[in-house]
Amino acid sequence: MTYYNEMYEGSQVRDPYARLSQWVETMPADFRQMKQAEAEALFRRIGITFAVYGEGGDPDRLIPFDMMPRVFEQAEWRKLERGIKQRARALNAFLRDVYGRAEIVRAGRIPARLVYQNEAYEKAVVGVVPPRGVYSHIIGIDLVRTAKDQFYVLEDNCRTPSGVSYMLENREIMMRMFPGLFRGNRIEPVDQYPDLLRRTLESVAPAKCHDRPTCVVLTPGHFNSAYYEHSFLANLMGVELVEGQDLFVDGEFVYMRTTQGPKRVDVIYRRIDDPFLDPLCFRPDSMLGVPGLMDVYRSGGVSICSAPGAGVADDKAIYTFVPEMVRFYLGEEPLLQNVQTWTLWKDDDYKYVMENLADLVVKEVHGSGGYGMLVGPKSTKDEIEAFRAKIQADPGNYIAQPTLALSTCPTFVAEGLAPRHVDLRPYCLCGDRIELVPGGLTRVALREGSLVVNSSQGGGVKDTWVLSE
Amino acid sequence: MKLRIVHQTVYRYDLPVRNLVQSLRLTPSVFEGQRTHDWVIDVSGGIRGPGFRDGAGDWIEGWTVRGPTEEVVVATSGRVETRDTAGVLRGHRELIHPLAYLRDTVATRADAALRDLAAGVTDASDPLGLAHRLSAAVSEAIAYRPGRTEFHTTAAEALAQGEGVCQDHAHALIAVARLRDLPARYVSGYLHSTAGGEAHEAAHAWAEIHVQGLGWVGFDPANRCCPDERYVRLGSGLDALDAAPIRGIAAGQGIETLDVAVNVEEVERFQTQSQSQTQS
Repeated sequence: MTYYNEMYEGSQVRDPYARLSQWVETMPADFRQMKQAEAEALFRRIGITFAVYGEGGDPDRLIPFDMMPRVFEQAEWRKLERGIKQRARALNAFLRDVYGRAEIVRAGRIPARLVYQNEAYEKAVVGVVPPRGVYSHIIGIDLVRTAKDQFYVLEDNCRTPSGVSYMLENREIMMRMFPGLFRGNRIEPVDQYPDLLRRTLESVAPAKCHDRPTCVVLTPGHFNSAYYEHSFLANLMGVELVEGQDLFVDGEFVYMRTTQGPKRVDVIYRRIDDPFLDPLCFRPDSMLGVPGLMDVYRSGGVSICSAPGAGVADDKAIYTFVPEMVRFYLGEEPLLQNVQTWTLWKDDDYKYVMENLADLVVKEVHGSGGYGMLVGPKSTKDEIEAFRAKIQADPGNYIAQPTLALSTCPTFVAEGLAPRHVDLRPYCLCGDRIELVPGGLTRVALREGSLVVNSSQGGGVKDTWVLSE
Repeated sequence: MKLRIVHQTVYRYDLPVRNLVQSLRLTPSVFEGQRTHDWVIDVSGGIRGPGFRDGAGDWIEGWTVRGPTEEVVVATSGRVETRDTAGVLRGHRELIHPLAYLRDTVATRADAALRDLAAGVTDASDPLGLAHRLSAAVSEAIAYRPGRTEFHTTAAEALAQGEGVCQDHAHALIAVARLRDLPARYVSGYLHSTAGGEAHEAAHAWAEIHVQGLGWVGFDPANRCCPDERYVRLGSGLDALDAAPIRGIAAGQGIETLDVAVNVEEVERFQTQSQSQTQS
């Protein structure tokens, strides 16, 4: 398999990387090591760590930062941006539809059972139309590249995509350590993200809110692996970070306890999952949520971002229908391609996948974070057979995709620069407008040859540049 | 039938509690089988919060009690005029797709015995016939006996025990119906027990099964019948918890005890002139 190298075409350096190439060539090795240590110290000092589920070890482990930026040309980015915005519009149109008249189901364009029997389909919010009809306000769309002009969407994240704090910190730290690089390159900024996020949240305040909306970030607490990000975003937006116990329902509204007494809350950017939001509507044993919150939400007293039930749009089984959503709701051809996907509950697909396991990537329908997946070409015979048994036990729980030739970016390793596989997660904001900051979070598989970029599986991150014209 | 209903639930706490929040599904449904008059809900010391009709067609009302308090009384009363629709829920406005009622919950999860019970019904010619036979099979398998099960008893546990109350019958029927690919749900409501009839409590529960062409049809395996004019429907859900008339939670260390009194009586005529439905 040959991989598209984003920096080199043969031995030639591609245009957007010209200056970076010079920078690397003139950098002494000891200087690089010193800077790498400095970067690590900075990340530690800020406290940006990422706890890894299920792996044990140090919960405050640093996610490795690679100093070599990834670069997009303006034209490349604009094309991606159009595709991402188009996809975000279609996903929200789908959510509005399946919690309303479900025209797409009536039209036979998506199977009813896939929607209504989906665990993430929330019947408690059927008929509830959130402000501006937006259900998913922050959509993280995971993209991979296989050629100069060929990008694929790996998955959509419509609930509470994490990682945007890394995008902001990576830039911050690069600018601090290498100010010269930013003088010599015209790089589009990303630091407006918190302001855009706050503006987006304020734009979906409920109709009952008449003043400047009060927004909060609702976190499950400091045991959560993304707690750092919750506090980081609240801080940068200038809004309160709260836990469930800091909020309460009184009459028709939700209030936050403050030293000056109760303050009404209009928009909740929640980073807790649907089942934990409200013990009176969902799991009765949830200690993380706010009792009565869903009744207030359903009667238009507060906005919840993302809206409860938004997860039905980002399921891996629903994913295969997103191009269809673009055509159905927008009357457009999709600008971004899906990866070919076999759904194992279909007999033909099942047969094909079982015969070709060694060449395919198999994922759990509801899995995330790179857990519970098989990368056929990178697995041993035993691993493949063990996975085969899991699939046989519950075929409906799996999808399969071809192993993609993920592009590589030069990445610092012990011996210098070496190609490593990357993906990209841009964060699309949906409120009264649809916006995204240039770039996103680049994740890099640091192990040689690895195609799994998840931080839980030994992935690192890079600063992502979009060059100005 | 003209029924007068008085339903009172008293919550007592051994230590004062604050910020009690409740979500009430305590208003009779609107459909061809029943018309509601002068329905009143009151929570002692409470503030009426949001009220809305949800996607299942149920009227939901949120209440909060700031406290501190050691006692909260949830009192509802009113009159309902009922008509026998042979169990069919005709004219009920709801938005949720029936297929959303095929997923199971902890209370309705199938085990081997429930699967056997579901598979054992073989001689049904159509979905309606199948639903009737499943209901009859549940009535046979679980004897009505109060006090042997509690709120958290699952369908599988009740079947293993072979006895239970209306909640257990409903859970078991829902479980076997879903196993046969029939959407099914839990219904909470009231039952007027005629003199000389079975000694069931006036607070009652049964199941509804979705039958192609007919829509939702009620089945009451506890009484081996379909709901008729003696039944008053409040609301529905995936199981007893999801359909609970009252869900509430309070802040504080107080231990809760509960006292429920429900009275459903038949009256000759309604005395008031008002014929308007409340909260429709």
